[in-house]
Amino acid sequence: MDTVEAKNLVKDYGDFRAVKGVDFTIRSGEAFGFLGPNGAGKTTVMSILYCMMPPTAGDVTVLGMDVVKRPSAIKALEGVMPQDDNLDPDLSALENLIVYARYFHIPPRLSRPRAQELLRFVELNDWADTNITKLSGGMRRRLILARALINDPELIILDEPTTGMDPHGRRAVWDNMENLKAEGRTLILTTHYMEEADRICDRVAIMDRGKIVCMGTPEGLKDSTGTRNLEDAYLKLTGRRLDEGHDA
Amino acid sequence: MRLFNPKRAFRVWQRHLKVYTKLYLSSLTLNVVEPVLYLTAMGLGLGAYLTEMDGMPYINFIAPGIIAYSAMFAASGECTYGTYVRMTYQKTFDAMLATPVNLEDLVTGEILWGATKSTIYGTIIIITISVMGLVASPLIVFAIPALLVAGIIFAEMAVFYAAVVPGIDYFNYYFTLVVTPMFLFSGVFFPIEGLHPVAETIAYFTPLYHLVNITRGLASGALPWGDMLWLLVCVVVLAPLPFYAMRKRMIK
Ligand SMILES: Nc1ncnc2c1ncn2[C@@H]1O[C@H](COP(=O)(O)OP(=O)(O)OP(=O)(O)O)[C@@H](O)[C@H]1O
Ligand SMILES: [Mg+2]
Repeated sequence: MDTVEAKNLVKDYGDFRAVKGVDFTIRSGEAFGFLGPNGAGKTTVMSILYCMMPPTAGDVTVLGMDVVKRPSAIKALEGVMPQDDNLDPDLSALENLIVYARYFHIPPRLSRPRAQELLRFVELNDWADTNITKLSGGMRRRLILARALINDPELIILDEPTTGMDPHGRRAVWDNMENLKAEGRTLILTTHYMEEADRICDRVAIMDRGKIVCMGTPEGLKDSTGTRNLEDAYLKLTGRRLDEGHDA
Repeated sequence: MRLFNPKRAFRVWQRHLKVYTKLYLSSLTLNVVEPVLYLTAMGLGLGAYLTEMDGMPYINFIAPGIIAYSAMFAASGECTYGTYVRMTYQKTFDAMLATPVNLEDLVTGEILWGATKSTIYGTIIIITISVMGLVASPLIVFAIPALLVAGIIFAEMAVFYAAVVPGIDYFNYYFTLVVTPMFLFSGVFFPIEGLHPVAETIAYFTPLYHLVNITRGLASGALPWGDMLWLLVCVVVLAPLPFYAMRKRMIK
């Protein structure tokens, strides 16, 4: 069964159409990346997949359930790393995970050991009792990743997971993502780092101005554009579209 | 409109309790200071010039009113500034909404937390004025559930307002135009029967007036069922407002 199926997905913010009818399916166990320039609509698509807002039109099913009809049931099986930092500033790193676990009805008795394990996983175990306002930006990103895993999710949605991280932190998160993939979890991510997409993603979709301009494996995109790395392929694909004129 | 799920709403409430017990519980007794200032300044200071109000010493008259006032301020503060900060600056709402918690659960949790604070703060005043010997009847313990019910109303109003304002500065207006007038003209300091008939009618339609009737009635041994019923009806009548307004604001 496909983990995500989106048919003719449209999203309007007031009069502005941010997503203009996109179709995609994401298979179970796959790592799927959304690429594209700022404002392309990546975060909008991701938010719809974690039921933050309903699509304006189109059918979207996640884990076999309709995003409009069964948001809670879908969210119970998902782990979400949003683009914005929304850690709880009143709490320590460990408390952030334990309180978040409660939203999934996981009691502290079970979430505490799991939280400690996750803090080790993202190399923050020395910071467990530190208030999160004292953590650096990159450390906070890693804590948000740990938080996304507290409910042992089948599907993990990562909106720019490594933005703001130093090269070591980024490598560490890549390792984390590869481990999660190896465990059979489905990953959906957005990124502006083509090296990251090339390394992690089985398939990518390139979005521009609310549309998917192309979709395929990183290798396939490189071949079709005659480029040697994904960054060149990306520039060629999005650049060509931008040259084509304004809002065809 | 979707219905809330009680178990998930409880999780939201539990988060607020956790933060409160961690950061603010130690300052709980400080919250008695302001009400006690009013009580002594008005009750003893002003009361010295009054022989009686409604057949009792002035300080005994206003003491139960101070319970109600304290409860109103607790929920109003929590569900205006507190709710707004969680919704905007802290993005706590966004974090919760990415979990099984839905918007209706979240709004219910906010309201119940505001009502909980009303109950806590009001109860502290009940204890304080009882210790001061200002309460004639043990029936005053029944004021505690009434504080919860009235707290829900104050929280519903505040969450609704928080959902519609464009910025945090607008809460000044809420306090200046809604909370303070209620505080002054709903029978805390004098019986509203002394007001102009129009003002008296307006006062009748405020939740604080009925809560004051309840606390004052219970303090002197009466059971004000009518006012309790009024509050329960008000809870239900106002309920759609915060849910509707929050959905409109949060869900694009
Ligand atoms: N809440 C909102 N209200 C109105 N417009 C919005 C809102 N959120 C996003 N938009 C608009 O929708 C479009 C897509 O935004 P989105 O955040 O999905 O882009 P993105 O691809 O994630 O960009 P980035 O790479 O910068 O994160 C943008 O033009 C943006 O201005
Ligand atoms: Mg984005």
